Amino acid sequence: MAEKKLMYGNHAMVEGVIAAGCRFFAGYPITPQNEIPELMSIRMNEIGGVFVQTESEISAINMLFGAAAAGKRAMTSSSSPGISLMQEGISYIAGADIPVLVVNVVRGGPGLGNIAPSQSDYYQATRGGGHGDYFTITLAPNSAQDLYEFPRLAFELAEKYRNPALILADGLLGQMMEPVEFSSKPIDPKSLPEKEWALCGCKGRERRVVRSYDLKAGKLEVLNLRRAEKYAKIINKEQRFKTEYCDDADLVIVAYGTCSRVSDAAVKMARDKGFKVGLLRLITLWPFPMDVLGDMAKKVDNFLVVEMSNGQMIDDVKLATECRSRIYFHGRPGGGVPTPPEIYKRIEEVLGGAR
Amino acid sequence: MKMIFGRPLGLTETLQRYCPGCGHGIVHRIIGELLVKLDIRERTIGIAPVGCSVFADEYFNCDMIQPPHGRGPAIATGLKRTRPECIVFSYQGDGDLAAMGTAEIIHAAARSENITVIFINNAIFGMTGGQMAPTTLPGMKSTTSVKGRDIGKQGFPIKVCEMLASLDGPYYLERCAVDTPRNVIRTEKALKTAFANQISNKGFSMVEILSMCPTGWGQTPVQAKKWLGEVMAEYYPLGVFRDLSKEEK
Amino acid sequence: MTKEIIISGFGGQGIVSSGIILAYAGLIEDKHVTFFPSYGAEMRGGTANCSVVVSGEPVASPIVANPDIVVIMNEPSLTRFEPTIKPGGMLLYNKTLIKSQPQRKDIAVVSIEANVIAEELGQARIANMVMLGVMIKKTKLLNLETLKKAQRKRFVKANDEQLALNDKALEKGYGLL
Ligand SMILES: Cc1ncc(C[n+]2csc(CCOP(=O)(O)OP(=O)(O)O)c2C)c(N)n1
Ligand code: SF4
Repeated sequence: MAEKKLMYGNHAMVEGVIAAGCRFFAGYPITPQNEIPELMSIRMNEIGGVFVQTESEISAINMLFGAAAAGKRAMTSSSSPGISLMQEGISYIAGADIPVLVVNVVRGGPGLGNIAPSQSDYYQATRGGGHGDYFTITLAPNSAQDLYEFPRLAFELAEKYRNPALILADGLLGQMMEPVEFSSKPIDPKSLPEKEWALCGCKGRERRVVRSYDLKAGKLEVLNLRRAEKYAKIINKEQRFKTEYCDDADLVIVAYGTCSRVSDAAVKMARDKGFKVGLLRLITLWPFPMDVLGDMAKKVDNFLVVEMSNGQMIDDVKLATECRSRIYFHGRPGGGVPTPPEIYKRIEEVLGGAR
Repeated sequence: MKMIFGRPLGLTETLQRYCPGCGHGIVHRIIGELLVKLDIRERTIGIAPVGCSVFADEYFNCDMIQPPHGRGPAIATGLKRTRPECIVFSYQGDGDLAAMGTAEIIHAAARSENITVIFINNAIFGMTGGQMAPTTLPGMKSTTSVKGRDIGKQGFPIKVCEMLASLDGPYYLERCAVDTPRNVIRTEKALKTAFANQISNKGFSMVEILSMCPTGWGQTPVQAKKWLGEVMAEYYPLGVFRDLSKEEK
Repeated sequence: MTKEIIISGFGGQGIVSSGIILAYAGLIEDKHVTFFPSYGAEMRGGTANCSVVVSGEPVASPIVANPDIVVIMNEPSLTRFEPTIKPGGMLLYNKTLIKSQPQRKDIAVVSIEANVIAEELGQARIANMVMLGVMIKKTKLLNLETLKKAQRKRFVKANDEQLALNDKALEKGYGLL
């Protein structure tokens, strides 16, 4: 086992991205993710990678489009307002089937909002976000260790399906320091296979074109139907989650990211008091782990959805359970972070005397 | 007792949250005074930026709007075109105006929108913690250029007055500074001209103001003033870059 | 066992360093730890605070609303954090820079002439180390030797002389009460 280091979440992410073999970063400063570009500017310089501080997030996402179209692992990070600006670019990238990594260290919104942790970009992340028929693979870390490990997973999924991937963190995960273990051997970018679609000059082969449009009659429909097949495959194969104490549970908490770690403590409090409570921690938000929820709904009567928003993921929980169970909600919008006692109180309210 | 020095009516009573030695406060005061002197306070709409002066919407005692990062000149266009009787000013930092909002400022200037732009150039992103700005000097340290801005990789600063002066649109462009009393007086004069131009429908006016950011520069307030005068003003020469009133005479 | 700690003072008093050293020491002793600083615009105006959690269990949230232990380095921090301490908790404050008296009767209060002691040792800025030394002694939270190791993880670039001085300040605090 490698020695554990105490690291800021944002710094762990930088090391994770580099260990994943990524050598291209473009971004624009915004709190609470500034530590990512700041450390990237130093690290990319040390290892001969590319760091560009752009004039805007619009420019950053388009630089990513270019770097990734050239077949390289490329990433950007930002926080909510900046991610909104990137949506046009992400739509083009999804339409061109190009793998990139976009990190959103979410803060309170809408508008300029505040810089406190939040989960209010869930809809944006899981519904495509920009215009057109597309989805982005979305991963939800809940620790500094995840921030180190998820970039690699994100790149692998992105490349496997030729699709943009998103890591949806929040200000708490980014700003917090926690022990991190460099658990995997760093990938040498040179060892990554050349992409058969990458733009690199047509010497000795047919020319390649990367584009998101097709104006010929009926052609875009065909393309989008093909993309729908890809999405179906991802939904089939890549739902990721963790369950804890769910087998005998009268109530299961559904949460991701920061809310899942806080809920974990609340579940333990409830178990100590004799309540049969479990936790479903979601790791992929798109594809949404609907199968496990559908199965659970057959025997679990109550679900409690905990989110740092006014309630967005709860819609997906209702869809996945087909409203067979009772669904309760505990939300903290605008930068509020729930505490374990607060969630425990909600459990008590729901389950009442049913210990 | 007669009050001989107090807060101008153009500023609210709200305590300003700038660091010691910051230039924003000085410029706020000048604008606050001008709103009264030119008797335009009650018909002025101000635009706060995204940056340390995001709170300017609390500080100026007139109607204010807080737009997305960099989009001030576009918002100003919308305001001025629908309310030509109002005086519209956009207050922006160098990240806001010269990075995020480069397109907006260039096109507002090219259209010669009849607005007043106050551009605070402190060569750094103050709000987010001292990262490189488009105006950061070559070799100058920031948290994203820890060894100093490397022009080979990070390019050259943008000289906004000079750049906008290459357009036919702007009516008035001047670069001032707030490091010395003399320069502050000069800045007040320039801002007065910029507002007066709008009042008489002359078109686009912008005053760029070199301003201290001791926190972002890692200097004391006194060092910061000195550095501004000796180093920054060398790179960004003060002066008038466009004044079409001269040609009208 | 979970201990939630807040450290607060002016920028430049080593608030962030103290928090990180504490968290690192917890990590070295194989505990679950988190460190969470105040960040962004909250930093304007020169105050700094941070939360540290040291626990036998995975840490739910690094944000601390009602701390068990509070280390206070300046006057405004006392006003802000004294009311938040859990009943039965502990308040340690830097008496040299704080003229007011803590009011709470349901907590343990420890006053330390941290700046006086630090200056006797030769450096005002190691007052934070003195405070940490006292704190781990009074709370039995972590071992002195671990803190010495932990400060070396924080100050990677410091020279031996400075590290030895920091050790001394930790020891001095540890031996005070
Ligand atoms: C779309 C978007 N990206 C990034 C930010 C974060 N941000 C806030 S202020 C700022 C830079 C401000 O610098 P400047 O305009 O020079 O003003 P100063 O703070 O120095 O006065 C940035 C990048 C944001 N609010 N919105
Ligand atoms: S960081 Fe700089 S620009 Fe912002 S308030 Fe402080 S001195 Fe002024």
